Amino acid sequence: MRAPDMNAGVAAGDVLLAVENVSLRFGGVKAITDVSFDIRKGEIRAIIGPNGAGKTSMLNVINGFYHPQEGRITFKGKTRSRMRPHEAARQGIARTFQNVALFKGMTTLDNIMAGRTLKMKRGFFWQMLRHGPALAEEIEHRRVVEEIIDFLEIEAIRKVPVGRLPYGLQKRVELGRALAMEPDLLLLDEPMAGMNLEEKEDMCRFILDVNSQFGTTIALIEHDMGVVMDLSDRVVVLEYGRKIADGVPDEVKKNQAVIDAYLGVPH
Amino acid sequence: MFYREAGQFKTNYAADMAVFPILQDKIGIAIILALALVVIPLVGNAFFLSVVMIPFLVFALASIGLNLLTGYTGLLSLGTAGFMGVGAFACYKLTTIFPEVNIIVWIFASGLFSAAVGVFFGLPSLRIKGFYLAVATLAAQFFLQWCFIRIPWLYNYNVSGAIEVPTRTLFGIPVTGPNASPEMRYYVVLGLVILLTWIASNLVHGRIGRSWMAVRDMDIAAELMGIKLLPTKLLAFAVSSFYCGVAGALMVFLWYGGAEPEVFSINQSFLILFMVIIGGLGSLIGSFFGAALIYILPIVLRGAPSLVGLDIGAATVEHLTFMIVGALIIVFLIVEPHGLARLWQTGKQKLRVWPFPY
Repeated sequence: MRAPDMNAGVAAGDVLLAVENVSLRFGGVKAITDVSFDIRKGEIRAIIGPNGAGKTSMLNVINGFYHPQEGRITFKGKTRSRMRPHEAARQGIARTFQNVALFKGMTTLDNIMAGRTLKMKRGFFWQMLRHGPALAEEIEHRRVVEEIIDFLEIEAIRKVPVGRLPYGLQKRVELGRALAMEPDLLLLDEPMAGMNLEEKEDMCRFILDVNSQFGTTIALIEHDMGVVMDLSDRVVVLEYGRKIADGVPDEVKKNQAVIDAYLGVPH
Repeated sequence: MFYREAGQFKTNYAADMAVFPILQDKIGIAIILALALVVIPLVGNAFFLSVVMIPFLVFALASIGLNLLTGYTGLLSLGTAGFMGVGAFACYKLTTIFPEVNIIVWIFASGLFSAAVGVFFGLPSLRIKGFYLAVATLAAQFFLQWCFIRIPWLYNYNVSGAIEVPTRTLFGIPVTGPNASPEMRYYVVLGLVILLTWIASNLVHGRIGRSWMAVRDMDIAAELMGIKLLPTKLLAFAVSSFYCGVAGALMVFLWYGGAEPEVFSINQSFLILFMVIIGGLGSLIGSFFGAALIYILPIVLRGAPSLVGLDIGAATVEHLTFMIVGALIIVFLIVEPHGLARLWQTGKQKLRVWPFPY
């Protein structure tokens, strides 16, 4: 897999995505209130918080499923107004879901190939023939997909419909599908939920490898604090839709508001 | 034993991505093609060709059309017969207005008309899914059938209200109308069905097919891969309706030789939906299985008592046929809810490891 172009407008260490004063309401329910943070190019950024803090809503805002009532989001230097998810994909944001959202009836290979859809250009006519340029294109992308399959060590399940795979492997295939998009920003929504220790360790290794080998910027939501503190460069903490802390893991660990949010305060 | 892929190593991706990657499957498809192209026309009599094979192929084509929409893209449609009717009436109008143009051209063109109508009635699919979409397409079915009855221009103001197929030739040999031989009609239908099945197979194995299945399995994730939902769904409607339209034109021009609007009633839509479900949603070969089970099996059952020398009244045979076919459908759906195509795959898988259980 080719590393994404490092000169695509943003240099390493610069701000890749900036969230400014974002508020999101569903009728009277305030999901997110006035949250600001940024994600720098090349870092692993964790978003943590108790259940219902608005973490997943935040990801949904970033990739365009929800449109916040207030606030601005700047990605790669461009401030966007309303954006649909497929436009976010075009701009280089990929995502995995909390409860695996794979294409259940398709094989592992087809799932990851589907991640390449945006990169495939041949039109309807060549698709009808599936020869010549269309086949050449298909083979070219298959080569990239095979590299991802090797990288994630899922060679054995290449042709297995993903609905039949165990949960841990499904999560891995979903990561592969997101990687196939060669994203600039990868959003991972609880990539380790429901995994055993070994699977978690594997997943951590993959996330670190993706970050270091391909230079992909990663934002992840995770409940396992050990994982979060080990993996991430910076952590943002949400509670009841507000940001209560932001900083490197060691700072956040010592922050009294965070400790209160997780352990509760005596009344 | 004879169906093993052991020793068949793929050395490039093209070989691995072939539609029939296993040698035995390639041989199998070659045998089927040889049977269809050579043996059946030689051995089969006129009755077999025009009452069994041609309708079977027409239904298989319509089933493929509906399968692309319902099985591959997950959009339930009850407008199949309506779209078939659009194809039939478009073909009739085109060939009576421009009689000198080759009929094959008009059969394809009528598919395009049907595709356009399909796209229009597919517009609600962005907002509604499942049974609700089925109800929306039901509107298409009733509206189109109303048009076939109430717009006399469509059937050239015939007093009977039906369309009668004029004689059209291909290389000087009549292929439609009363003078066309069953062999010629069979070859035309077979040729188109092979061509369109090949194209459908190419589509579903490539980028477009993957987008359709992605929309079917998880539309939110599909959108996140950059797949735009509306164009993808409308393309599925267009291609599906094209296939149904061509099937409708073939049905009237090469099978019935004439048709009343009742041919394109809701019953026909249900019949094709049943073929798709029993054959297997999301499987091209399943469309052929489904068409065979629902169309050919009753013919075989009807002929069976007289063949074995049983003297049963025609009405009784008819009732028995209904009962047996109905029971078989239930049995098949209980044994394998995913249709005959899945049974076929399971069987092949078992054969692959035979005589060992796994």
